Amino acid sequence: MSLISRGFQRRREVEASPDRVPPGQYVTNDFPVLSAGPTPRISAEEWRFRVTSERGEETTWTWEEFSALPAEAVKVDIHCVTKWSKLDTDWRGVSVDTILKGVGSSAAFATAHSYGGYTTNLPVVDLTGGKAWIAFQYGGQPLAPEHGGPARLLVPHLYFWKSAKWIHRLELRDSDRPGFWESLGYHGYGDPWKEQRYAGD
Amino acid sequence: MERTALRGRLTWLEAEVVQLVQETARVKTIVFRVPGWTGHLPGQHVDIRLTAEDGYQAQRSYSIANANNNEHVALTVEAVENGEVSPYLVDELVAGDRIELRGPIGGYFVWEPSLGGPLQLIAGGSGLVPLMAMIRSQMSYASPVRTNLVASARSWEELIYRDELEKLSRERDDFDVVYTLTRSQPHGWNGYGRRIDKDLLAASTFAVEEAPLIFVCGPTGFVETAAAIMLELGHQPGGIKTERFGPSGG
Amino acid sequence: MNSDTHLDGNSIGSLLQDLFGREMTDQRACCDACGAINPLATARVYVDAPGHVVRCAICGTVVLVAVTVPTGVRISFQALRWVELAP
Repeated sequence: MSLISRGFQRRREVEASPDRVPPGQYVTNDFPVLSAGPTPRISAEEWRFRVTSERGEETTWTWEEFSALPAEAVKVDIHCVTKWSKLDTDWRGVSVDTILKGVGSSAAFATAHSYGGYTTNLPVVDLTGGKAWIAFQYGGQPLAPEHGGPARLLVPHLYFWKSAKWIHRLELRDSDRPGFWESLGYHGYGDPWKEQRYAGD
Repeated sequence: MERTALRGRLTWLEAEVVQLVQETARVKTIVFRVPGWTGHLPGQHVDIRLTAEDGYQAQRSYSIANANNNEHVALTVEAVENGEVSPYLVDELVAGDRIELRGPIGGYFVWEPSLGGPLQLIAGGSGLVPLMAMIRSQMSYASPVRTNLVASARSWEELIYRDELEKLSRERDDFDVVYTLTRSQPHGWNGYGRRIDKDLLAASTFAVEEAPLIFVCGPTGFVETAAAIMLELGHQPGGIKTERFGPSGG
Repeated sequence: MNSDTHLDGNSIGSLLQDLFGREMTDQRACCDACGAINPLATARVYVDAPGHVVRCAICGTVVLVAVTVPTGVRISFQALRWVELAP
C-alpha cells in the first residue's frame, strides 16, 4: 500500500467537455514531443515516400511529386497513449486514399516505416475512407522535424503512436505484423475511446 | 529468504520533510529524514514517488545535494512550468509531509575519496546539484583534493548555492569557482557572460598535465558541448564522466 | 534548436537495479551492432516516449527497451551482445 501524498493529484491543465476527451486522458495546450530516437533531418531533395504492395510492387514519390498531390486541411483532436490529448489541431496533408488510388492492392494490413527505423502497424481500413493523411503542415507552417517533418502519418482516431513521424514507407501486407511499441506490449489497434493502451485491453 | 540475497534491491522508504530552503525564485532544497536510509555517495540520485487520493502515481528521479549525513537526504528541485511533480514538491510540501523515496541509485557518476583528484566539475543550471554533493563531501574530509568548479547559469539570481560557493571560494585554498552567466549579468560583473566554449574552459579548468577527474552535469546540449571541448583540450575519455539532466515530465 | 532530448544511462539506474538486483550503471556492456564497449551510464536514453528506449552512444542502435505494462515492467534486450558484472 502506497503512502498518499497530501494534496497531490494528476495533472489537469485544460477544462474540456468530457465527450471530447477519451477515458484516462487530460487535455493540454502544449504539443509534447515524444521520441524514441534522434530526430532525423531530411531535406526535401533527399526525401522519398514509397508504398510497397503485398506483391512487392513499389510506388515512389519525390517531395516535388508529393507536393503536387491534392491536399486538404484537417482539424482533429489527437490522443497520446502517455495520457495527453490536444484538441482542434490544424494540419494539412494528402489523404491516404489519394496515395493508394494508383496502387493496386487488396492487402488488409499495413506497416508504416519511418526514417530512423520506427515502425507501427495498422489495418488498411483505418488508413482509408478519409481517416488518415500524410501530413506536411501543422498550424499553417511546414511540419517541424521534432513533430515528424517533412511529413508524418496522421491517424487521429487511434492513439498517436500510430501516427508515425518521419514517414518513409507504407508497406501493404496480407498479414498483420506488430510494430515497435506493439511488439513490446502496446495494443495492436489502439482505440483511445476503448482505452486500448496495452495488449489485452 | 536470506536478507543478504535482497541487498541491492531498491525498496520504497517513507521520507519526512524536515526543512525547506528557498534557493532561487523557483528552486527549493527539500531536506528529508529517511528512516532506514543506508547512506550515499556524492553524485548518486533517488527516485521519488507521489500517490494521489485516487491511486494515481507519478515517479521522478532527483540528484542528492548533500554529503552523506545519517538519515538525511537533501534534494534541490526546480519547479518546471506545467510540471506535474516538481511544482508539487516546491510549492506544496511543508515540514512534516511525507513522500516515498528509494535509493541511493548510481555507481558511475559518483566520486569517492579512493578516486583521488584533482576534481574538475562543470555544471550547467541544475546540473550543479550532484556536483554540489561532491563539493560538500570534499570539504568535510580531513584532506580534500583540490577542486575546481565551472558553473553556468542563466543569471546571478538563478544560480543555486551561490552564497555557499562564494564562502567556500573565499575561505578555502583548495576550492575555486568560475561562473558564467549566459542571459544576464549583474551591474559591474567581471566574470564570464556567455555559453561555455573552448577558450572559456581552457582558461578556467585544470590543465591536462594535472590529469583531473572531470564530472560534467547539466542539460544534454550543455553536457555534450562541455565533454567534447574537454576531449579537444586533450583530456582522456576515461577521465570524463557525464550525466544529462532533462526537463522531461517536470 | 537542439530537439534531441535524450538523457543517458544514469537515468535508468533504478530500472537496471530492479532488473539485475545490483547497481549497474558503472558496468560495461557491448553493443551487438557495432561492438562498442562502454559503461551502461554512457548509453543514450530516450525517456519522452511510451517507454524507455536505450541506444548505443556510438552507433545509435536500440540496445534495450523498457515498457511498463499492467502486469509489470518489460525489458526487451534488442542488441546487447553482453553485459558484464564486475565482482
